[in-house]
Amino acid sequence: MSKKSFRQAINEALRQEMRRDPTVVLMGEDVAGGQGGSSGVKDAWGGVLGVTKGLLTEFGEHRVLDTPISEASYIGAAAGAAATGLRPVAELMFVDFVGCCLDQIMNQAAKFRYMFGGKARTPLVIRAMYGAGFNAAAQHSQALYPLFTHIPGLKVVVPSSPYEAKGLLIEAIRDDDPVIFLENKVMYDDEEEVPDEAYTIPFGEARLTREGDDVTIVAIGRMVGMANEAADRLAKQGISCTVLDPRTTSPLDEQTILECVEDTGRLVVVDESSPRCNMACDISALVAEHAFGALKAPIRRVVPPHTPVPFSTPLEKLYMPNAEKIEAAVKSVMMQKTPEVA
Amino acid sequence: MTNKLTALTMPKFGLAMTEGKLASWAFSPGDTVREGDEVADIETSKITSGYESPASGVLRKQIAQAGETLPVGALLGVVADADVPEAEVDAFITGFKADIAEESTEDAAPASTDPRLHTVGEYSLNVRDVGQGDGPPLLLIHGFGGDLSSWMLNQDALARHKRVIAFDLPGHGGSSKDVGDGSVSVLAEAAQALLQALDIPKAHVVGHSLGGAIALALLRDFPEAVVTLTLVAPAGLERGVNTDSLTDMVEVDRTRDMQKALQALVRDKSLVSRKMADNVLRLRRLDGAREALRTIAASCFVNGEQLLDLQPVLAKASVPVTLFWGEEDEILPVAGAKNAPDFVTKYLLPEVGHLPQLEKTVEFNKIVEAFLEKNSA
Repeated sequence: MSKKSFRQAINEALRQEMRRDPTVVLMGEDVAGGQGGSSGVKDAWGGVLGVTKGLLTEFGEHRVLDTPISEASYIGAAAGAAATGLRPVAELMFVDFVGCCLDQIMNQAAKFRYMFGGKARTPLVIRAMYGAGFNAAAQHSQALYPLFTHIPGLKVVVPSSPYEAKGLLIEAIRDDDPVIFLENKVMYDDEEEVPDEAYTIPFGEARLTREGDDVTIVAIGRMVGMANEAADRLAKQGISCTVLDPRTTSPLDEQTILECVEDTGRLVVVDESSPRCNMACDISALVAEHAFGALKAPIRRVVPPHTPVPFSTPLEKLYMPNAEKIEAAVKSVMMQKTPEVA
Repeated sequence: MTNKLTALTMPKFGLAMTEGKLASWAFSPGDTVREGDEVADIETSKITSGYESPASGVLRKQIAQAGETLPVGALLGVVADADVPEAEVDAFITGFKADIAEESTEDAAPASTDPRLHTVGEYSLNVRDVGQGDGPPLLLIHGFGGDLSSWMLNQDALARHKRVIAFDLPGHGGSSKDVGDGSVSVLAEAAQALLQALDIPKAHVVGHSLGGAIALALLRDFPEAVVTLTLVAPAGLERGVNTDSLTDMVEVDRTRDMQKALQALVRDKSLVSRKMADNVLRLRRLDGAREALRTIAASCFVNGEQLLDLQPVLAKASVPVTLFWGEEDEILPVAGAKNAPDFVTKYLLPEVGHLPQLEKTVEFNKIVEAFLEKNSA
């Protein structure tokens, strides 16, 4: 075991599954990342942020496929390849590009099993980067997991650390249904201890990164780290928080969320996706419906405003949830204050 | 002044512990405590355990409050004689804080006590090798589905004057997952290979549960390698075994189910935290881990019966043997202890389950230390 970055953990998961199973193939824009043309350099980049570096040289051009810049064609091809026997891992680069291939995901891959009466399986993984805080502007910064969570037939994974990313990606590749695997682009250099061996983490089971008595903080993806930071500060002030990372937004571990809220009686949900119809809404509704009697204070959501992600650094900072905002939200529910109406 | 003043500090319960939570004080300021009294309960991410007072005197000050999480080495309180003036106690506390700040910078270097992978024949074994001293080292062999953290409250305590080696058995923890036919003989051979690789001709051996059976097999197959045996709720002395629990400990894949499965191991169910269950699940989810445990189980424990009979080995043992068993063991019934011959020193512990070394840490460590000392002369 050694410290690995989020980027390395994902690379290692892909590498180990490609070694184990010859039907695992990668495809996407620049996943091989050769400079192309006549340069002769093949493995220059390994994806725009270097996540698939080294895989082309180990597994060759038949298993690591650079595709034309046409999301509709290669995501469609990956769905078809999955239905006919391969286990493709297709990379959409920025999740914002899903607009170009939503039919292939929403109406095709997600529906195969159902429309073919259970006779088709679609072991497809679509990897994509999401999230603001990278100065990548409105068309490259969205957190679109609620969009995928909304579609029955898809599994949606939002890992919150390097250890989580490796185990959840291996689980995704071995899963027989289409899985959307979303990587926060700000987290690629985050490091932690990650086993060298292959391992899996099952879908639909939340993990608790902090256990406390006063407030349950549910946080998604990169927000988990911020929630931990807030919880640690609050602990010094005598407020003890449970931090719950759902790991997968579909399936969602409703049972653990409800149990934690029943224990603490207070809920703060942290979600960096746009605030209307996002996971914070979904989880708030779940708790309001099934654990209303346990609530000692109104539910509080820590979410960005309903605007495109700003490019301006100060504005983007203002837009994002952070540990301070989470800390303030927890204190406000501890004082039973209702959120101000904007 | 250090003769009269003793610092109570956040203990380090082995391995990766960097901080702990003071769960509760067992004494109030002004109370008289004796050396060895459990003055506080300390909670780590893995387990809750009592903290023994290193000295006798009056608990003069509680620096840490119940519920506070503090780094290892942080000052929890001060024990001093009743006649030490208040000002001296205060000066001691101020001085202590300065010491800690200096020490913590030295701690930045990577701890040499972290487990390391050793290549031993065809195995890759995760080994934690600590302490030094004269005489044969001590080898700790954990039980079925465990790992070297089964000794997290024992290894460092026993290593004060002795080299103490804990390792993950093949198929367990961070070791490689090939276990051959999963028999006790194969696992004993791996333990012997490890001793050889570490250039240890003979060792004191402590074995817990399946590790107890492995220790007996080690004595049977490599008698020259074993100086003394300490058996902790060992397998191989009786027919009965709770295979339903063992199956759950291998197969369940949800934190709450694993927590329930692990609770069968101890009498005080609150010892098993959610984190502890998560840590076990992390190891189960490694490729090959569950298969290895299934292979071992098929070879040793089937349908409520043990397929091992090591009672004859124990009957003929020519080395000193100590036996621990919890009277409320739900995995291997304490009735097995009656099959140990008379020359074995037996400690049957009331209100203890299958993990005496963790449930009665202080007592266990003291007895083992005395037993080893007596038999190294």
